[in-house]
Amino acid sequence: MTTAPSTARMADSVKDAAIAALLVAVLGFFFLALRTDIGTGGLDLTTRWGLWFIAIAITFGVRLALNLFVFKAARPVTRGIKVTAPAGLTSFVGRFLGPFLLILALCLPFLLMALFPNRDRQFIDLAILIMTYVMLGWGLNIVVGLAGLLDLGYVAFYAVGAYSFALLAQYFEIGFWTAVPLAGLLAALWGIILGYPVLRLRGDYLAIVTLAFGEIIRVVLLNWYDFTGGPDGISGIPKPSFFGLDFSRTGGFAEFFGLDYDSIHRFIYLYYIILVLALITNFVTLRLRKLPIGRAWEALREDEIACRSLGINTTNTKLTAFSIGAMFAGFAGSFFATRQGFISPESFTFLESAIILAIVVLGGLGSQVGVVIASVVMIGGIEVLRNLGFLKEIFGPDFEPTQYRMLIFGLAMVLIMVWKPRGIISSRNPSAVYKERKKISSDMVAQGEGH
Amino acid sequence: MEYFLQQLINGLTLGSIYGLIAIGYTMVYGIIGMINFAHGDIFMVGSFIALATFLALVAIGISALPLILFITLLVSMLFTSAWGWTVERLAYRPLRGSFRLAPLITAIGMSIVLQNFVQITQGARVKPLPPQIQGGVTLIEGVTENGTIAVQLSYMQMIIIATTLALMIGFSLLISKTSLGRSQRACEQDQKMAALLGVNVDRTISLTFVMGAALAAVAGFMFLLLYGVIDFYIGFLAGVKAFTAAVLGGIGSLPGAMLGGLLIGLIEVFWSGYFSVEYKDVAAFSILVIVLIFMPSGLLGKPEVEKV
Repeated sequence: MTTAPSTARMADSVKDAAIAALLVAVLGFFFLALRTDIGTGGLDLTTRWGLWFIAIAITFGVRLALNLFVFKAARPVTRGIKVTAPAGLTSFVGRFLGPFLLILALCLPFLLMALFPNRDRQFIDLAILIMTYVMLGWGLNIVVGLAGLLDLGYVAFYAVGAYSFALLAQYFEIGFWTAVPLAGLLAALWGIILGYPVLRLRGDYLAIVTLAFGEIIRVVLLNWYDFTGGPDGISGIPKPSFFGLDFSRTGGFAEFFGLDYDSIHRFIYLYYIILVLALITNFVTLRLRKLPIGRAWEALREDEIACRSLGINTTNTKLTAFSIGAMFAGFAGSFFATRQGFISPESFTFLESAIILAIVVLGGLGSQVGVVIASVVMIGGIEVLRNLGFLKEIFGPDFEPTQYRMLIFGLAMVLIMVWKPRGIISSRNPSAVYKERKKISSDMVAQGEGH
Repeated sequence: MEYFLQQLINGLTLGSIYGLIAIGYTMVYGIIGMINFAHGDIFMVGSFIALATFLALVAIGISALPLILFITLLVSMLFTSAWGWTVERLAYRPLRGSFRLAPLITAIGMSIVLQNFVQITQGARVKPLPPQIQGGVTLIEGVTENGTIAVQLSYMQMIIIATTLALMIGFSLLISKTSLGRSQRACEQDQKMAALLGVNVDRTISLTFVMGAALAAVAGFMFLLLYGVIDFYIGFLAGVKAFTAAVLGGIGSLPGAMLGGLLIGLIEVFWSGYFSVEYKDVAAFSILVIVLIFMPSGLLGKPEVEKV
């Protein structure tokens, strides 16, 4: 290595880092250096030059280090990073990852109780939350991954399910187990009602109309005060019972089975309910893919015009995908209502739809295992950020890590997508094969192209 | 009748703001075929920059209001453009040529990032700014059984409508007459061919984002002056409505975006005025759904040709 290219490289790196720092200076000036606050007699403008300079300096330093050691190094570091796993290992992992995760999910509450005896309730609650998103992700996967319909208003059906159960419980005193199928049916019905007029639209138009429907349902829930309680929401939603046994201190589940009363029983029970619901979603999806209707969905995703020429009723095919996806969202919604015991329109904003769609796309459209991995990473990741109390000792008592979690969530969405545009799991198992069964790259399917 | 005229003026004012945001959506959709979900938040960033600039100019003792307004407008356009450029560079350019959902997801991610960044750095509370431009002219005075009712055209509304008109004319000239506009239209039709003929496609796309962000900054500043209250969340609803406006007018068409914006503004204001304020968003979205079902390419858009 001669010195001439090295100095040139150094100069380039410094120049590039300086440009990045300048950009941060420009972008951050009105947000980091200046701050507006409500003061006496109007808005006050305060300056925080220190913060601004620190941000610029950090950008310069990090960018320079990246330039020197990662991007433009004479010996590219990235070459060492790219490990190609042997084909045997990949297929081995691919074959056993699903069953392994299933067994892990089945034993999870007891593992957590054994490993973290003090914080088991919190962890099981987190597992329930993640499993809810797994179920929603699998449900949306039917719509986006299999049928290729871009749905930005999936949370509407989640809301329909939750409100169906809450209102049925409030007005007719119906229990959880009776309400779940009803909530699913109502959500599916709404899927058909909303889907019928709009499913002739394509791609982005469909996306924006579903987004609009999601918002319409939320606004109606928010303003129809007499019926839904408006922003106050509905509280006192009944808890699920175990074959008629509830989880109360006396005369319930614990007494019947001769166990000591512990509130953790209800958490474990809720966990298994959502696990079963999610597994049903997965099972139905996998079976549907083998039925003519599933084949029709995937064919429709790849080429709508060819499907029409071959006599597939495209509207009905799309409608079934839309309403089956909606039905699973309805199941998940009624579970959400019973878990929380309280629902309000706050829980069903566009952000929820965006998170569910992000989970499906980040995991790899159409991949069932991908959804699980993405849910654990994204939802689990957000929750981990809640527990970073030790950072307070580093940055002082004013530092509040929880307020950064959505910022980090958004950044993670961007970074994962830029790193792997096809999602974490980037190979697909074709549903129909000619001679030998093999995985194909996800670039070869039109998932989410939105035809 | 007087009430109707007053609502018409209010609707046109609001519609101008939506139209300015909608242009950003429609241009980006036209050139790279993606919904730029972060555009509504760029609008929000623009209004925050305008607020800070305005307060800073008042603080250093400039007293002439027109001068303050003009400098604020320029500064917010300039700095918001930098944000628009950065978002494109970080989140969309690496994914060019990738499959269609990828930039949509990064756009949603960017929208979350921008909202939370502003929330953290500027606080979650709303920022009220007292009305700066007072007064107006009374056009018609009518007498009803409840007393007199006047149709007012405030100076504020005049400024908003006049600025929008001036920007629209300048912008149409930019697209139709300059070489930048020509290369932009070329990229819209066929990026590969445009690149072969020596158009710098990346630069053109970047400039599209910069222009969209500058117009969104103008809209943000006007929103701040008109309503006097902003917070970190205003971008979402304004963005969705502006996108609705772009689709209503026919996505990809610039006059369509402006027309759609005006229509959405009018629908919203008339619905609030005659029916109920709570359901004004439902009205705007329902119109979108109805238009798309019966006229999928919008009012002024060209129908898509299906090729096999």
